[in-house]
Amino acid sequence: MFESLSERFSSAFTTLRGKGRISESDLDAICEEIRVALLDGDVALAVVNGFISRIRERSIAALPEIRKSTNQWQEIHSIVNAELVEILGGPARRIRFAKNPPTVIMLAGLQGSGKTTLAGKLALFLKEQGNTPLLVAADLQRPNAVTQLTLLGESVGVKVHAPEPGNGTGDPVAVAKSGIEFAKSNFYNTVIVDTAGRLGVDEELMNQARDIKSAINPNETLFVVDAMIGQDAIRTAQAFEDGVGFDAVVLTKLDGDAKGGAALSIAESTKKAILFASSGEKLTDFDYFYPDRMASRILGLGDITTLAEQAKKAIDEGSAKRMEEKFIAGEDFTLEDFLEQLQAMRKMGSMSKLLEMLPGANSAAMRKQIDAVDDDELVRTQAIVQSMTPGERRDPKILNGSRRLRIAKGSGRTVTEVNKLVERFSAAQKMMKQMRNGGGFPGMPGAFPGGAPFGGAMRPVQRKKKAKKKRR
Amino acid sequence: MGLFGSFLTKFSRSRATPEDIDEFRKVLIESDIGTEFTEEIIKLVEREKSESLSESVSTHIRASLSNQARLITKTEGRLTTILVVGVNGTGKTTTVAKLANLLKGEGSKVMLAAADTFRAAAVEQLSTWGERIEIPVVVGKVNGDPASVAFDAATRAKNEGFDYLIIDTAGRLHTKNNLMEELSKVRRVVEKVTPIDEVLFVLDGTTGQNGITQAKSFADVVSITGIVVTKLDGSTKGGIALATERALKVPIKLVGTGEGVSDLSSFVPEPYIADLLTQP
Ligand SMILES: Nc1nc2c(ncn2[C@@H]2O[C@H](COP(=O)(O)OP(=O)(O)OP(=O)(O)O)[C@@H](O)[C@H]2O)c(=O)[nH]1
Ligand SMILES: Nc1nc2c(ncn2[C@@H]2O[C@H](COP(=O)(O)OP(=O)(O)OP(=O)(O)O)[C@@H](O)[C@H]2O)c(=O)[nH]1
Ligand SMILES: [Mg+2]
Ligand SMILES: [Mg+2]
Repeated sequence: MFESLSERFSSAFTTLRGKGRISESDLDAICEEIRVALLDGDVALAVVNGFISRIRERSIAALPEIRKSTNQWQEIHSIVNAELVEILGGPARRIRFAKNPPTVIMLAGLQGSGKTTLAGKLALFLKEQGNTPLLVAADLQRPNAVTQLTLLGESVGVKVHAPEPGNGTGDPVAVAKSGIEFAKSNFYNTVIVDTAGRLGVDEELMNQARDIKSAINPNETLFVVDAMIGQDAIRTAQAFEDGVGFDAVVLTKLDGDAKGGAALSIAESTKKAILFASSGEKLTDFDYFYPDRMASRILGLGDITTLAEQAKKAIDEGSAKRMEEKFIAGEDFTLEDFLEQLQAMRKMGSMSKLLEMLPGANSAAMRKQIDAVDDDELVRTQAIVQSMTPGERRDPKILNGSRRLRIAKGSGRTVTEVNKLVERFSAAQKMMKQMRNGGGFPGMPGAFPGGAPFGGAMRPVQRKKKAKKKRR
Repeated sequence: MGLFGSFLTKFSRSRATPEDIDEFRKVLIESDIGTEFTEEIIKLVEREKSESLSESVSTHIRASLSNQARLITKTEGRLTTILVVGVNGTGKTTTVAKLANLLKGEGSKVMLAAADTFRAAAVEQLSTWGERIEIPVVVGKVNGDPASVAFDAATRAKNEGFDYLIIDTAGRLHTKNNLMEELSKVRRVVEKVTPIDEVLFVLDGTTGQNGITQAKSFADVVSITGIVVTKLDGSTKGGIALATERALKVPIKLVGTGEGVSDLSSFVPEPYIADLLTQP
């Protein structure tokens, strides 16, 4: 069975961790593990070879130092991580805005890589940052590409410049050009130009892309690439670089389980920064690309930084503090608190997606648990709790049969579901009490409606909080 | 590209050196066939000490493939229903149009169902194809239930005596349980009306090793009966399709080689393997 890159890496390092003193042949063994892992993770062969020889060199040079360390595997791990981060683009770069607006962003890439969807996401992202974006529909090839962009524009409330209906007629160069004119005369400060998908080997279409580019002179030409792409990534990226020329890369469909080998291949072969990460079909599934996070994801350390950030965004400081004080004071965790947490979690996005970011998310055991999480259940659970009166939420013991029936009706669920929830909640409450007595921190065990015991896995994030508190 | 191309001439020398073997390994890895499959072939080839390395490699690849029929099913005397599935953007909708056109050209009466009610303009995209190739398309409400569109289409196609119904579905990542469940519901609901005879998994030819994982997940949920590899008109070798066929024992049936309606052909292993082994 195919092992993911991060699983391979984790297992390679686990073997190393058990060793007393690392020898050169240990290094060879681990380099071989990493080599296969990278290839299985779709990193281009040429890139893998270079990467491995650098890791080996660096590690051998540092061997005396490594051996002195109390944590040898950690030392090698840091070397691998540093090398990965270096290739993936060093410090994260931001979009380059034009000195004189409009800032023009052109999207290019293979068919179906996610350009049009990205155009919508980028428009929303720019708009939320206070810009006034304009979308330009310059894919006149694919059936209803113009309609697709128009609908996306509508859904994010961004104007779409679409003078041609497309479907095989009209001149994309002229559309792109008139888009820029339109933006200038109507004071849009950013322009996003969507183009048709094309193959690196299609000379005619590559020329067309180059013509569009020279007609509009973009500030950023973004090469949009599917994170699931294999060895062809390096050839295609080179073909787009030679044929059109691009400034940065966007990786899409990162919500899948492809580990991002293409990121490494493209960053290494073209030396271009990866600017954005697209991770879902919703227009909000979009963020800057963080090389360090990607490196951690590849290494199986999980995307703790993102997770912590999202948690912070969703759970406001006040309520977290209140919860903590309550806990310390020995008060009970009520269904009211539970509801608050549920709402916060829903703000953070889908549960399964959050769990993907945890360390070891790729291990078979963790995978099974993540798969068992039903995001809709969060919604159902919330509906049940919302149908309770504040009194019931504070003291679920008063929930007799008729109250339960009323709640079931109000939330559109069955009485059995209501019963189950109450049962699970009491169990969670009990667990909280035990944790308090044992000195643990109240994570969100009660908030996992799937019943999966994620409490332990969530703890690293929570612990950090506690440590900070002590220092204060 | 000529059969067996430059690569084969290079390797037709009588005895293979370790360098030759390494060169092979490189070609195989770079075709996306995967490390496991590659090493398996190399091991067999080394053991064999054959006269021609190239022939030996192609023979072993061929032997690992399926011997099942690669034709699209046709059920006599009743409606044949084809469900088209896959991850996002692989070429499902385009393949549906191409296949419909092909079947129509053979004299069959074909109907399409636009069961991607999710993606912006997906219904319009299929409808446009339907107009172009003059084939009726059953559509439902935007953001409606895909299963109910498929159900309506199946009912109509059956009652109106169509030969084929091809159902286009929304792209979905195999990791999303709720979306996979939605797909299995489409299958269940259609089968209340008529059996589903063929489930085609559309694989983007540029996909890397993730392709196998994808195919396995789709096979688990809707039991796929054939693979369609698309975008082979590009620079990709598409070795993942072979690796997927080998892993799942499900035959590659069709190959997409362009955006035009006629850019679809049936899959023939030998020239495909030869091309795969041809160095760029
Ligand atoms: N899961 C997931 N799907 C995505 C993502 N980005 C795009 N998609 C989906 O991928 C498919 C193709 O996306 P498009 O935006 O149409 O791709 P495109 O590059 O514009 O395609 P062409 O114009 O045909 O070349 C659609 O089903 C999108 O919903 C992503 O980050 N995650
Ligand atoms: N070059 C080439 N492009 C193709 C091929 N098949 C499909 N495409 C293009 O790939 C893009 C995506 O194709 P679609 O048919 O919309 O893909 P899909 O799987 O239906 O996409 P979603 O429904 O969004 O998941 C379009 O631009 C198609 O024109 C092919 O064989 N070769
Ligand atoms: Mg597009
Ligand atoms: Mg489609």
